[in-house]
Amino acid sequence: MNWEFVLHQATSGLANGAIYASVALALVMIYTATEHINFAQGEMAMFSCYIAWQLIDWGLPYWVAFFCTIAISFAGGVAIERVILKRFHNAPVLAVIIVFIGLLVIFNSIAGWIWSTVLKQFPSPFVDIFPTTKLVGPHQLGVVLTILIILTGLYLFFRFTPLGLAMRAAAQNPVSARLVGVRVNWMLALGWGLAAAVGAVAGMMVAPIVFLDPNLMAGILLYGFASALLGGISNPGGAVLGGFILGLLENGIIVVENLVGVTVFGNELKLTVALIVVIAVLIFKPSGLFGKVRVKRV
Amino acid sequence: MSISRRKLMQGTAAAGVAATVVGPAIAKGKYDEGATDKEIKIGHTNPYSGPASAYGTIGKAIDAYFKKINEEGGINGRKVTFISQDDGYSPPKTVEVIRQLVEQEKVLLVFNTLGTPPNTAIQKYMNAKKVPQLFVATGASKWGMPKEFPWTMGWQPDYNTEGQIYAKYLLANKKDAKIAVLYQNDDYGKDYLEGFHKGLGDAGKKQIVSEVSYEVTDPTVDSQVIQMHSKGADAFFNITTPKFAAQAIKKAGEIGWKPMHFLNNVSASVSTVLKPAGFEFSQGILTAAYLKDPTDKQWFGHQGYLEWVEWMKKYHASGNIQDSFNVYGYTVAQTMTHVLKACGDDLTRANIMKQAASIKGLALPMMLPGIKINTSATDFYPIQSVQLQRFKGETWELFGDILAAESA
Repeated sequence: MNWEFVLHQATSGLANGAIYASVALALVMIYTATEHINFAQGEMAMFSCYIAWQLIDWGLPYWVAFFCTIAISFAGGVAIERVILKRFHNAPVLAVIIVFIGLLVIFNSIAGWIWSTVLKQFPSPFVDIFPTTKLVGPHQLGVVLTILIILTGLYLFFRFTPLGLAMRAAAQNPVSARLVGVRVNWMLALGWGLAAAVGAVAGMMVAPIVFLDPNLMAGILLYGFASALLGGISNPGGAVLGGFILGLLENGIIVVENLVGVTVFGNELKLTVALIVVIAVLIFKPSGLFGKVRVKRV
Repeated sequence: MSISRRKLMQGTAAAGVAATVVGPAIAKGKYDEGATDKEIKIGHTNPYSGPASAYGTIGKAIDAYFKKINEEGGINGRKVTFISQDDGYSPPKTVEVIRQLVEQEKVLLVFNTLGTPPNTAIQKYMNAKKVPQLFVATGASKWGMPKEFPWTMGWQPDYNTEGQIYAKYLLANKKDAKIAVLYQNDDYGKDYLEGFHKGLGDAGKKQIVSEVSYEVTDPTVDSQVIQMHSKGADAFFNITTPKFAAQAIKKAGEIGWKPMHFLNNVSASVSTVLKPAGFEFSQGILTAAYLKDPTDKQWFGHQGYLEWVEWMKKYHASGNIQDSFNVYGYTVAQTMTHVLKACGDDLTRANIMKQAASIKGLALPMMLPGIKINTSATDFYPIQSVQLQRFKGETWELFGDILAAESA
């Protein structure tokens, strides 16, 4: 048995899983805050990433650009909620979805218009921090660590701060929340801001691996959705685990086939098989592996 | 009575003149729909929106080139009206837009419509209507069939041929190679793969130890690169689009895999593929080319390159100077201009096809030195030669002879 091959595939699966997990986190954020799934999340992250690229191109040091981008994205997220989505608070879900899809197309086109569609290299801050090994690149290692840091931060924020509690309350029961004095509208806007900020980090983690272009997130968003649903869309920790599981599952199929020596699914169907597993899980556990089962009073 | 007689006389006289010498008072030449003494109408489709919109710059470049031609007096005194429509790379939309161009706008011909699926969708219609579908922007190998489709012609070297060229080079230069192939799982990838197989022959095909595919929706091809490496391959044919090409080169470098590496021409750009992947990992990569790479330093002093840059600045300022699609648009528009010039005052569709099929030894400023465009009544593949180049330092280094499809 070729252990080096297995190990390589496992680390590459985990590295891909980290990408899915970072996008899944942003999706969970906005879901926790607004109970919507934002289809434009990926494109917003891509746009943030271009802002970071632009700042670095203008000569700012990486970490300055990194935190500036997070701040700009946060403000942008709040602005989108206050300017656009505020008008759809009482609109049917379908109308909101159309707005999300509209935002998706708008961000994609504007990015192409401003920065052109030519592939760009995005720097990784971890190259000088971690050593390069054959098994895993320094950036991949950095991504996994970054995600764990964000996850811990989000957990502490939602679990232990009054603001976090107010945000959860505003999303789950706006009427009661308003009655106890929570400014629900601003909580929603804050949720958008946080989701945009997490998305910005996700984008900046993804771009050094898959390279920056306006379609940066097109494929990845799908994996992010699957990860979030697998782990539980209401649980940040679950979503991250879901990402890693999906990444491992994909490459696991290749490893098993190589060990057994037959190709049934191969690279063409590895995603399909992974998604079938996700659907199977959801049939038996609709709220995801680690999602909370929510009961609604009718 | 006398007036009408005079009119009649004039009419008869004029008709007589027109029949013998083409008189300036009536019409200068022979025309089909879409052409007059003053104007040539050309139709075009391109994805300006949607996932393939990176190609949109080709349409803009062509438009910018015709603008330059018009400012300089047009083609044989006629201004080019270039009508370019967005089809979003969606074949049903292409059909709709093309019908509109042919039946309402009444264009003389359709030129450089982009993409294999869109062109496949309109090919029968164009041939039924007998409207030229010239120099289509796709590298599929099916556009040069004058017997079945006398109104359709390709332009660039096709993927199949390019694949064959790499295979022949590989067999001649590396004994007992263990070959790995990574390809995009669609028509484009399979066209290359088929050519590569053909070039290797039955014996050579046995040397393939790993053949893996990826989907355009895959985030990375890291897993595939590891698979090929684990099979002990020492030669690698990389059939990928720019993003995945850069990933594969980088990953191969990171895990210390150094095969004889063939990179398809689709992804041979220095600035968008090799630089992001890392120059240290790109050394020694081989590719076949026919156009000058606008990011390759070796051309920066050349006359043809300087003219191109000047044109970019003056007419296509919104375009990216590093984008090789702008070289593509410029050069294909020059080919079209060449054909229309050759038509003289006979701007009928039949004559346009005749002239398009009689290009002899046409060299254009942004094609590699030695590459020429040739067509004939039986050869509807305009550019069939390429030259191999090897990456060294920060540029491509041309080597060997010009390789033509037939001799490959």
